[in-house]
Amino acid sequence: MHDRDASPILSIRDLNVRFGRNAIAAISDVSFDIGRERVGIVGESGSGKSTTGRAIMRLLPPKAGVTAKKMAFCGEEILGKTERQMNRLRGKEMALIMQDPRYSLNPVLPIGKQIAESARLHLGLKSKEALKAARDMLVRVRISDPDRVMGQYPHQISGGMGQRVMIAMMLIARPKLVIADEPTSALDVSVRKDVLLLLDELVRENNSGLILISHDIRMVASFCDRIIVMYRGRIVEELTSSLDKAQHSYTRALIAAMPDARHPVRRLAVMDRQALDNFGERVA
Amino acid sequence: MIRVEKLDVAFGHGQSRHHVVREVSLSVSRGETLGIVGESGCGKSTLLRSLAGLERGWTGRIWFDGREVGTARGREELKLAQMVFQDPYGSLHPRHRIGTALAEPLRAMGYRDDQKRVLQALRQVGLPADFANRFPHELSGGQRQRVAIARALILSPPILLLDEPTSALDVSIQAEVLNLLADQREERTLTFVLVSHDLAVVAHMCDRVLVMKDGTFVDELTKDDLCSGVAHDSYARELFDASFL
Amino acid sequence: MSDAIQTDSEMLHSPGLMVRMGSAVRRAFGKLAEEPLGLAGFAIIGLLLVVAAFAPLIAPYDPTAQSLSSALQPPSLAHLAGTDEFGRDIFSRLLYGSRITIQTIFFVSIIVGPIGLVIGIVSGFFGGRTDAILMRATDIVLSFPSLILALAFAAALGASLSTAIIAISLTAWPPIARLARAEALVVRNADYVAAARLYGASRLRILFLYIAPMCVPSVIVRLTLNMAGIILTAASLGFLGLGAQPPAPEWGAMISSGRKFMLDYWWVAVMPGIAILLTSLAFNIVGDTLRDIMDPRHARS
Repeated sequence: MHDRDASPILSIRDLNVRFGRNAIAAISDVSFDIGRERVGIVGESGSGKSTTGRAIMRLLPPKAGVTAKKMAFCGEEILGKTERQMNRLRGKEMALIMQDPRYSLNPVLPIGKQIAESARLHLGLKSKEALKAARDMLVRVRISDPDRVMGQYPHQISGGMGQRVMIAMMLIARPKLVIADEPTSALDVSVRKDVLLLLDELVRENNSGLILISHDIRMVASFCDRIIVMYRGRIVEELTSSLDKAQHSYTRALIAAMPDARHPVRRLAVMDRQALDNFGERVA
Repeated sequence: MIRVEKLDVAFGHGQSRHHVVREVSLSVSRGETLGIVGESGCGKSTLLRSLAGLERGWTGRIWFDGREVGTARGREELKLAQMVFQDPYGSLHPRHRIGTALAEPLRAMGYRDDQKRVLQALRQVGLPADFANRFPHELSGGQRQRVAIARALILSPPILLLDEPTSALDVSIQAEVLNLLADQREERTLTFVLVSHDLAVVAHMCDRVLVMKDGTFVDELTKDDLCSGVAHDSYARELFDASFL
Repeated sequence: MSDAIQTDSEMLHSPGLMVRMGSAVRRAFGKLAEEPLGLAGFAIIGLLLVVAAFAPLIAPYDPTAQSLSSALQPPSLAHLAGTDEFGRDIFSRLLYGSRITIQTIFFVSIIVGPIGLVIGIVSGFFGGRTDAILMRATDIVLSFPSLILALAFAAALGASLSTAIIAISLTAWPPIARLARAEALVVRNADYVAAARLYGASRLRILFLYIAPMCVPSVIVRLTLNMAGIILTAASLGFLGLGAQPPAPEWGAMISSGRKFMLDYWWVAVMPGIAILLTSLAFNIVGDTLRDIMDPRHARS
């Protein structure tokens, strides 16, 4: 186990995604490695951050053209796999946590059954054991009354609780890679922190990698070891330390545009998109 | 400019009666910006909609500019306060061109159909004049929110009610819209009431912030409190800590 | 400053109404081109319109001219669809019959569409007691079998094409009203309606300038889909002798009169049957296509 720690869980080289006949690529030449660490992907809408996450899970619609020089998960090429192989991988080896638990949980199945189903599928447990595993997992995500929640339906629980259930369901098989796509943006402010800390704790415990996709660069900065900043489908910068060290003008503009209660300014800095685009073209 | 006394809103009757806003009182002086923060379901949006006159089932008293307004409002009363909504995709009629959307308040108020005013309103929010011919679906979220602000301001109301005006926008767009709102506030000496769940936005925009929980205000913070991170109530503190990881 | 405004207003008016309509039509055709089946439906209906307009020029014979010597002849080059029991050319009668069909569809649509739309949006927008009264009325009409009600009307008012149209209209509006109400219920809670209330738009203004435009596309789609049913009801009424009266070449009446000879001379009943089938099929296809074009929510991606 330990000797593999150094090798990356996920290694991507020159990932390109194009939708339909669209001339402009949704993602172009994205390359990064993910080890057993927490990496944040930050960008605004249309930056390609979610598309990257979905491309890794191979969850993009068939009309999307995905090409990459290399996209290896634990040394195995993902793009060459059949749909059946991917199904075995998804949920067991890699998991995706989405923004709104209300849409990603099955509305007509009780929560206990949904988590147990995941345990049965990925861990090969019998139904009774699976239910017990599901209950244990709910305790792990700090749901105070697991027996009651097991019998409830998704619409009966709050958003924060729903996201905990989602995490329980996704992490029960101890996947090697967890992709969380805006896991807290649909939640109330006071529960965001708890959900993130919980996610962090479980990922550390499983010794897996985490990709946190978000628009909130400050939240990601306080939480991740490394930040990848995306703009218009390209990686513009990778940050390993604090936000103050940001070099690229886009990253700086993004940080400056956020209001900060502790450092009040009279006017917020506004991004000069013209200059940014010119800059991007010169580089390309 | 705004005075509210014992505003109370409840939905439903008997067993299913749901008390959303519980006898809140507040006052905002001219040119001041009041922020109301709270989590979903705390009653902040209902409070704002009652102020605007969209929610009819409230009791209590509301004064705008020294004039008491009731649940049903005439033109003069409506002209005192306008509102900007959260969702830029839902607040503009999808089949009305931008020019029509901006001219509608003028027509509804019985003014002469004035193209100049429409174009002026567009320019004030930093949009080119030929946008008047476009449909909302041809605009980005930030541009639509600019149009919504222009529409709210075209009747020159002294009060603007803002319901999460930037929470559906990207950070960089949010900055532009917040700057626009601040500029307009300065230019026209507007009084704002800004409702948001984002403490950072509220702290940036507001002179004073009320923290709302379960239909009542639990804390009142000044700008200095926010800068130094002081909160008097435990819930407000919790909210504060959670907002700045 | 005034110069700036001048140029602004010039810019404002530069894309004229014709240009804008042109681009809208072009966009619609662009979408249509991707749906060959829909295009076929539109083609059939277009053909029907042309035929109805120029029936006297196209038809080889007078539709009412009897020639007992050439009665009940099978389809041939002289009589493309054969002749009926009075020796009238069925093909010519079908061409003229399209006029009656188009007339029925046209009048039923302009009666049913607005009535259904207005009842639906008024009911959905005002809600409360207005809604309850209008919707119960709708339920009552809806619970009548439409053909029976039409029969009763036709019987009471005397059998003619116009009574058939009135009878069909009376039973055809409830589904439209239901649909418009459902749409209005959604639209009335939209933020743009709230904003309109805030700037003092009157209820009627909101109803007709804000809510109605959002309901019209689905009403048109529904009306087109109902067209097939209307054609069939009209044909049934004609078949029962309660629609257009002989010797008018109504398709349903043609089947009815051909029924007696159907077993030995199949074309007498089958030819008008094919006409009815093709027309109602075309309207169904067009309705589906219109839904895809006009209603983005149902669009296939």
